[in-house]
Parts: sequence; structure tokens; C-alpha cells
Amino acid sequence: MPEILDQARTQVLGDGVGLDQAGVLAVLNLPDEHLPAALQLAHDVRMRWCGPEVEVEGIVSLKTGGCPEDCHFCSQSGLFTSPVRSVWLDIPSLVEAAKQTAATGATEFCIVAAVRGPDARLMKQMREGVAAIKAEVDIQVAASLGMLSKEQVDDLVDMGVHRYNHNLETCRSYFPNVVTTHSWEERWETLRMVRDSGMEVCCGGILGLGETVEQRAEFAAQLAELNPHEVPLNFLNPRPGTPLGDRPVVEGKDALRAIAAFRLAMPRTILRYAGGREITLGDLGTRDGLLGGINAVIVGNYLTTLGRPATADLELLDELKMPVKALSATL
Amino acid sequence: MTTMTTTELWCDRCGESATATAHPACASARQLEPPRFCPHCRRRMKVQVLPVGWSAVCVEHGEIRG
Ligand code: SF4
Ligand SMILES: [Zn+2]
Ligand SMILES: [Zn+2]
Repeated sequence: MPEILDQARTQVLGDGVGLDQAGVLAVLNLPDEHLPAALQLAHDVRMRWCGPEVEVEGIVSLKTGGCPEDCHFCSQSGLFTSPVRSVWLDIPSLVEAAKQTAATGATEFCIVAAVRGPDARLMKQMREGVAAIKAEVDIQVAASLGMLSKEQVDDLVDMGVHRYNHNLETCRSYFPNVVTTHSWEERWETLRMVRDSGMEVCCGGILGLGETVEQRAEFAAQLAELNPHEVPLNFLNPRPGTPLGDRPVVEGKDALRAIAAFRLAMPRTILRYAGGREITLGDLGTRDGLLGGINAVIVGNYLTTLGRPATADLELLDELKMPVKALSATL
Repeated sequence: MTTMTTTELWCDRCGESATATAHPACASARQLEPPRFCPHCRRRMKVQVLPVGWSAVCVEHGEIRG
């Protein structure tokens, strides 16, 4: 057994204290033959500190495309020649999407908009949309609307949005290579305000943007410092027309190493499989991740791309004897 | 009324000619993506992805769903 896994067994599994940056890097650098042991340990950590439940979430795009920012992985930036056009979802369709999500047994419904931050029109649409969902659907509402002002944070709390997603996307040292229209620190500031408001913080990122393994470890350490309630882990799905459109996808084994390492850095967080798992890991990868530290999934489609059918994930959870987290347990 | 051919002239993923060459990479990618270009006129469509399914609208040729 490599020394880092021995150390993690005592420190993370035993005491619930996450690995630091150097420890995460050691896990990310483990040779293939030790990957099964790392995944098993990450799974044990998740079972001990989070339990067997899996949190199921659906997401929908309220406002697609035409974003003024230049995140180099994103097909929704209006600055690239991506084929994604700008479109708004109306409120009846938003409520219908929430119903479809609730029908899978999901407890979380996240409303996402491709914006730098919300304007008055978007906040009005949110207020009406969240109220309409709450009137008709039994599900918790989360939001992801970019950078917020303090007033907007307060408004979202007032609407009953219980969790806010704002991804740091990548580590601080690599961020300027990926985004030039705003800074990592600006994102951190929104996260700080969200945390201070009492909303749950959801913050993760995308692996495979061209960051080094050292920078992946840096990112895990920075997330651990933020200590989010949830960390969504995406793997780059290279989008046509974006600056990262020709990048290779993350190797399956590197993706699994990252899952184990991020779990060992954050033993208690909700670690969610988000976008890109289908192309990086295929159908088998979902199983490996759920047995390697993941304890939450996005089911159904993503914002501009499609996922596997929700039933495929739910059947797998059933087979793995991992109960879907119930709404009563989250309220 | 315009007469609409049933032949798809344009690749609905990349927007290039669908009759000149085959698009195996696009066809494979389309399993996890909605269409982006109208196969009849090559216009970029307004596409809304939903948790279950998607809809795509061409101003000229109307809506398709999947
Ligand atoms: S801010 Fe969001 S929607 Fe806009 S380009 Fe960046 S990732 Fe895409
Ligand atoms: Zn094509
Ligand atoms: Zn058309």
C-alpha cells in the first residue's frame, strides 16, 4: 500500500480530516495499479462521513447562449463561433422541467442562466419561476446565475432558493488561461456572500482544461478551503467553436484518480458527477465513480448537451444498493 | 407554400453539406447532443435542452423535438 493511502486511511477515514494539496497530488500521481485501492478508500470515506444516500439533481437552462463572458470551454459564450443560439425558457416550460425532474425522485432542481450576473429581467423571471415551481412541485430549488450583488443574494434567499452554484472552474493559478473577462477573485467574492447569506454553497469546476496535475491538486485544496456543501465535478466535453474545442478528453483513469483525490480532500462534501462523464468514462465510469467517492449525480440532460436517460442512473443506484436521498432528509 | 424536400441537405450538427460527404463523427456526437443546424436550410436553430428531451426551432421550417 502506498504511503499516501496509509496516511489517508488514518487521517481522512479515521479522523475525517481531508488531505492537503501535497496529499492530493500524491493521490493524483498514483500508478494505475494502486487506483483500485485509492477508489476503495475514497468510497469508504464517503460511506463513513456522508453515508450511502445519493443526491439526485436535475438542471435546466433558463437563459441559454449569448453570454458576454469568455470562459474558453463554454459553448454559450457569445464571443465564440459556437452554433448555440440565445434562447429563453418560459415559465410554464420551466415548471414542466421541474416536474420531469421530480418524477425521477430527484430532490434538487437547479435553474441556470448563461450570464455574467443577473439583470432585473432575469431576477424577475426567477422570482416568478421559483414561486410557480414551489406552488406546484415538491422539490428544492437551486440557482446558478453568475456573479451576484449583495442585494441579489438577499433576493434569492427571499425567493426560497436554498443553494447557489458558482463554479471556480479551475485553480487560481490557471484561471487566467481559461477566462479573461473576469477574475477568480470576483468569483470567490460571490461565493463568500452566498455563504454569509446562509444559502448552501455549490462550487466545483471542470477538469481537462489544460491544467497540470499540480494545478488539479491546487484546485482541490482551494475548494477544500472554501468548504462547499456541494462540489460538482465536470470533465471537459470539448465544444465546437470554443477555444478548447480541440482539446482531448480526460483519460478515464485520470478522471477516476481525480474523483478519489477530491473525495480524500473533502470527506464530507456532496461530490457530484456533473457534465462530461459520459464521454470521459462511458457507461461503466458512472459505476466506478459511485464506488470511488461520488455521492451525487445530475440525471437527465445538461444545459446544451444530453445525458444518459435518468432511468439508467436510477437502475444503477438500485443495483448498488445506494438509496436516493429523500426530500424529507434534506429539509 | 414552399415545397419541402425530405432529403437532409445539411448536417444538423456542423452545418456542412450532408450530401457531399458522410459525417460519422457528427452522427456519433449527436447521440449526446441536440441538433444545431436546420437540415433543410442550414440556419442555426434556437435549441432548448430540457431535463427530458429538447426542442429546436428553425424560423423557416418550424420546430422539431427529440
Ligand atoms: S459565465 Fe457561464 S455561460 Fe458565460 S461563458 Fe462563462 S461559463 Fe459560459
Ligand atoms: Zn457534420
Ligand atoms: Zn430551416
